Amino acid sequence: MRNGTSAITVEGVSQAFGPEGDPRRVIALESASLAVERGELLCLIGPSGCGKSTLLNLIGGLMTPTTGEVAIEGERVRGPLPKKVAYVFQESALFPWRTVIDNVKLGMAFQGVARSERDDRAMGALSAVGLADFAQHYPAQLSGGMKQRAQLARALGLQTDILLMDEPFAALDEQTRMVLGEDLSELLARTGKTIVFVTHSLVEAVFLADRVAVFTARPGRIKTMISVDEGHPRNRDFMTSDKLGRLRNELYELLHDEIRKTMGDTRP
Amino acid sequence: MSGERLAYRLVQIGFAAVLLLAWWLVSRNGYVSPILLPSLTSSVHEFVLLLESGSYWPDLRVTLYELVMAFMIASVTGCIVGYIVSRSRFSVRVFDPLFAGLYSIPAILLFPLYVLFFGLGPGSKIAIGATIAFFPIILNTIAGFDYVDRSYITAARSMGASGVQMFWSVMLPAAFPVVLAGLRMGFILAFLSILGSETIASLSGLGHKIVSFAESMDPAKMFAYIFLAIIIAFLLNATVTLIEARVRRGHG
Repeated sequence: MRNGTSAITVEGVSQAFGPEGDPRRVIALESASLAVERGELLCLIGPSGCGKSTLLNLIGGLMTPTTGEVAIEGERVRGPLPKKVAYVFQESALFPWRTVIDNVKLGMAFQGVARSERDDRAMGALSAVGLADFAQHYPAQLSGGMKQRAQLARALGLQTDILLMDEPFAALDEQTRMVLGEDLSELLARTGKTIVFVTHSLVEAVFLADRVAVFTARPGRIKTMISVDEGHPRNRDFMTSDKLGRLRNELYELLHDEIRKTMGDTRP
Repeated sequence: MSGERLAYRLVQIGFAAVLLLAWWLVSRNGYVSPILLPSLTSSVHEFVLLLESGSYWPDLRVTLYELVMAFMIASVTGCIVGYIVSRSRFSVRVFDPLFAGLYSIPAILLFPLYVLFFGLGPGSKIAIGATIAFFPIILNTIAGFDYVDRSYITAARSMGASGVQMFWSVMLPAAFPVVLAGLRMGFILAFLSILGSETIASLSGLGHKIVSFAESMDPAKMFAYIFLAIIIAFLLNATVTLIEARVRRGHG
């Protein structure tokens, strides 16, 4: 079953919270299986509480699945793999007591990069996201979009093959989000990183993804995979294309009933 | 903005000036017995004499020694015990309300006991100062470490932070502002309780001088020492504020 070329494989993974038999026990994710190819951007989309962030944390080794197995490059995940996987989180997970460049360098220190290499690598990562001029700023001095770019720089500085992004642009306004999406698509085309990206936004999912995994309402299962057959980098032409509109509508059709379910709506 | 600040300062200075003026008027016209309220001029005169003679030094030294010892004991024990308590959810649930409850008991009630234990000298003042300063320090240390934003910890963990790195680079700086506020509060409370307890039972110290001049009906000299205590309090507070601002700046 395990494919030698897959960057990430997830096989029959379930995750429950709370002890067995407890009425409050929640099954967040139920027998999810998927494979992410190298250089692919996979979006996870679904209603709130469908387990898409849980799946991301299982891939990143921040949690251990109740059942099933996650493997990165064929190797079973048992904990965080800082040399292989870097994260970009939703709300700013930058350390506010450090400047932007020191945030990037601290990540490298955690990862175990030699001190002498950190400066150059950090500046390189900041340049890649267009933040070189803000290296000495503190996170509080940056706008929301800049903070998320700084977080992306911190992840890029770790030079991992895999990037896990947990609703990284969710707190941003739509315009900023679109621009950052274009930048990310460009980055993907340039670096060939494997990215798993959790989002709530239909447009964002279609715009960024090579494939979109659509989740059902809780207990979350992967309902369908949709392929977006479009090369990177993608730009505003793709944003306004009929193809994007069509796929977006298709996604909405798939998600509509699931979202109603999470609101306790039982209308047929 | 700065015009507004100037206005605040002017009103503050005006307020102090009105108080002094009222004192001057009341004491000058003999409305109040000079034993209860000496004239402003004679108090200031005594204060100048006191500064010139330097005879305040032995008592000031005792008070400052007591303050430093009390604060050191309270901050070392408060920070260490507070950190240990903050390590587990269970111990936070057990000890946080316990210390908060003890904090609300007026610890000065222990002073007579401390005099029996540690004598009339600096020992009992150090003990009472340390006891009173301990609570805000430990409570803030627990709160500071307990409420570290989970997203910092998760981010550091995902990047491979070791236990030592997690403590020095994440937990400590994240908790630091709250811990610092507790230390500041503890310092001020230690100073207040030491001065206060010196007036109750002591052999030396600023509080001791103030009460002994009051008892010997020499209120002008008493006020001279009160002026000195106010100035020392002001200087200590300014020093703490300066250190705090400097540490916070280095901290980001």
